[in-house]
Amino acid sequence: MKKAFLPIAIVAAAMFAYAPIAIDNAPYQSTMLLIQKIFYFHVPSWVALTCALTVCGVASAIYLFKGSPEADRYAVAGAELTALFGLFGLASGMLWARKAWGIWWEWDARLTMAFMLELIFVGYLLVRKFGGPGAEKLAAGMGIFGAATAPFIYKSVDWWRTIHPKTSVVRTLDSPDNSPPMFHVLVFCMVAFVLLFLVLLSLRVRLEQQRAALDRLYLEEED
Amino acid sequence: MFIRTALLVLKKDFAIELKTGEMFYTTLLFAVATVMIFSFSFVKDGVPIEGTAAGIVWIAVLFAGNLALGRTFERERYGETIRALLLSPAPRAAVYVGKLLGIVLLMVAAEVLLVPMVAVLFQQPMFAQPALLIAVFLCGTIGFAAVGTLFAAMLLRVGTRAILLPIVLYPMTVPVIIAGVLGTSALLEETPNIPMARFWLALLVAYDVVFVVLSLWTFEPLMTE
Amino acid sequence: MIRRLGVFAVSFWLSGAALFAFQAGTPNPSDTTGFEPVTSLPPGQQIPAAPYLLWAYGLIWIGVFFYAWSIWKRLGKVEQEMRALEKRRK
Repeated sequence: MKKAFLPIAIVAAAMFAYAPIAIDNAPYQSTMLLIQKIFYFHVPSWVALTCALTVCGVASAIYLFKGSPEADRYAVAGAELTALFGLFGLASGMLWARKAWGIWWEWDARLTMAFMLELIFVGYLLVRKFGGPGAEKLAAGMGIFGAATAPFIYKSVDWWRTIHPKTSVVRTLDSPDNSPPMFHVLVFCMVAFVLLFLVLLSLRVRLEQQRAALDRLYLEEED
Repeated sequence: MFIRTALLVLKKDFAIELKTGEMFYTTLLFAVATVMIFSFSFVKDGVPIEGTAAGIVWIAVLFAGNLALGRTFERERYGETIRALLLSPAPRAAVYVGKLLGIVLLMVAAEVLLVPMVAVLFQQPMFAQPALLIAVFLCGTIGFAAVGTLFAAMLLRVGTRAILLPIVLYPMTVPVIIAGVLGTSALLEETPNIPMARFWLALLVAYDVVFVVLSLWTFEPLMTE
Repeated sequence: MIRRLGVFAVSFWLSGAALFAFQAGTPNPSDTTGFEPVTSLPPGQQIPAAPYLLWAYGLIWIGVFFYAWSIWKRLGKVEQEMRALEKRRK
């Protein structure tokens, strides 16, 4: 992980620098025109959120059942990043909705459950902060449950009529002219976001590792 | 051994409730008061506002459940019996199942009281499809209680547990709330929308299965502190 | 182990029951009356897209940099304390 950090960070930065150009060159979607281009950061935010969610859920399970402190560090980093990328997704989604549908918010299934997922992981961070001694275990329980609820959230868009575009729209993205099809630009942004997620994850885990090292130093000093 | 322990825990709580009636009366009274307040606000001249009945009955049931969850482990903590429960040779998950059954029974008692009450106050045909209605309420109750009992046990030693429990519980059980309310309201339409109700029931069953199994699995490591 | 397998078996059976119930019906798509397609509105009534687009991207960029900076700051503080401790030990 450490050796790969710098190359990944550089590639991620480069991809993000190029992203506006790629997005600008992508074809207009027929009904929504310019505003639809939020899609290229909106969907990858949710992809990164899913990655963070998986990391948090798996790490929480490992921490709860095996007691490994390294797993706990990954769990808290994953939870913070879930909350962060969820915030990005919700903010970009609301701005898109305001232009495309004329409303800031609507309590349809997917939006509601995305908001709830955000609340769950903010709850994780609250439990972590205010849970007293042994809060890591409680937070790990929350992380597992939060990750388990996520599939119910994802599937809900297929099971309830909604004004949110259905998931199948991703596969029908092709362009009539020669500009890079929407799908390529989308994948590019997704990769960029996943790399960004990896960079932020390793930074956050490093912070926790240094904190643990500091605690160890303090303990040694006391002896 | 497992089932015996679970039933013993249930019997113990039931015996205490029979003697003191502490959780039973307060929870039911609170639920009834909630429905009364809603009926004052949402029923004008004997005509209820469209589509509110299902949500109201579920709100009342879930608030009652929240109160019950807050008390169920509090009693153990207060009497220091939690240590005895954890030290006993019985499998820990059996303790969880016993508590879960207690909460489910209490919430079902609340529902038995509230559903006819809402049927009368809001003039809704609650009993048009009794089997499906019972199924929706039962599965929703089990889902909510499963997650709630685990979180109540988890937060036992935390000082701010009374505040944290609703904060962590309600977002987690949103699938139950949505499926329960929509399933119930599908049954309350003029001609009950059976496919819709069965669809939401299926979601509730799936949620129950996943989260009861998950709770059984994680109860032991979460309660070892 | 056997118990865990039993739990999984029961849950599979129950999931099967759930799927079977699910086969029974799919939700009816309700009508979308009341919604007017945005492009059919006269330009005076439409909301300009560019500010929203810029805000969306801007917020995400700012968010990422803010988060990375906050981690960097905290990391710097921890490492400073570590250096101070090491110096004291020597």
